[in-house]
Amino acid sequence: MIVQALAFYLFAGIAIAASVMVIASRNPVHSVLFLIMAFFNSAALFVLLGAEFLAMVLIVVYVGAVAVLFLFVVMMLDVNFAKLREGFQNYLPIGGLIGLILLVELIFVVGAWIVVPEADLVARNPVPADPEITNTEALGRILYTDYVYLFQVSGLILLVAMIGAIVLTLRQRSGVRRQNVEHQLARRREDSVAIARVDTGKGV
Amino acid sequence: MLEIGLSHYLTVAAIIFTVGIFGIFLNRRNVIVIMMSIELMLLAVNINLVAFAVHLNDLAGQVFVMFILTVAAAEAAIGLAILVIYFRNHGSIAVEDINLMKG
Repeated sequence: MIVQALAFYLFAGIAIAASVMVIASRNPVHSVLFLIMAFFNSAALFVLLGAEFLAMVLIVVYVGAVAVLFLFVVMMLDVNFAKLREGFQNYLPIGGLIGLILLVELIFVVGAWIVVPEADLVARNPVPADPEITNTEALGRILYTDYVYLFQVSGLILLVAMIGAIVLTLRQRSGVRRQNVEHQLARRREDSVAIARVDTGKGV
Repeated sequence: MLEIGLSHYLTVAAIIFTVGIFGIFLNRRNVIVIMMSIELMLLAVNINLVAFAVHLNDLAGQVFVMFILTVAAAEAAIGLAILVIYFRNHGSIAVEDINLMKG
């Protein structure tokens, strides 16, 4: 029990510290790296909670895809980030005030949370009691049956996002010579080769 | 204090969510950091969902975390694509300069 508590405080502390550094760091590349750190520690919290599959998905999707995407964009854009930070101090008081109010409200809400014991009985998809069934298998059993339409829709969302991102960033440059396969295949011998009868000493 | 329950996880999620909102206020000019703050807020929501799913012994919450992850990934991809073409056209990503639609 004490090991679990220590692990929780360690991972939660690092996650919170990393998320503070995400918004406070001067260099956006450091921000992205701290974001990756926050994701890793949240994945550890998921493991502590017993949601191993989601922990791995969090690492694969967030760290492997989203954070690296951020990293690429930050490095590709040639922006003076120091200039963008002007006025940092001006927003500190009002932002801090609103953040503090929100945090106190949220902690008041969650601190007094009581779950009625009957809540277990109305669970939509109860966790299987059989310890042989892993978290991944239990999730798969309901994801591909009860939630199969939502699963398909999320696939469609990803497809739309992919096409959208490609279409948005596709750039047609002028003056670039490209291979035109149809043009090459449609070319025929008569169009390109002509046999000329050349008389001696006259040229074509 | 040593007994880690639902409220501990909810408190961590609340703190991370607040940090995300604070980040939007603090970095009002930098769109990239604003998008990272949005990712932090989505992460806090995910922690909330998983904590409740485990506490209430209901797997539906964990399924919805997956859908939130999907939407977050799509949002990040589209947002960063818009950012890249905006930068290509205008050479700046300061939020004040993004006023073409006069909203």
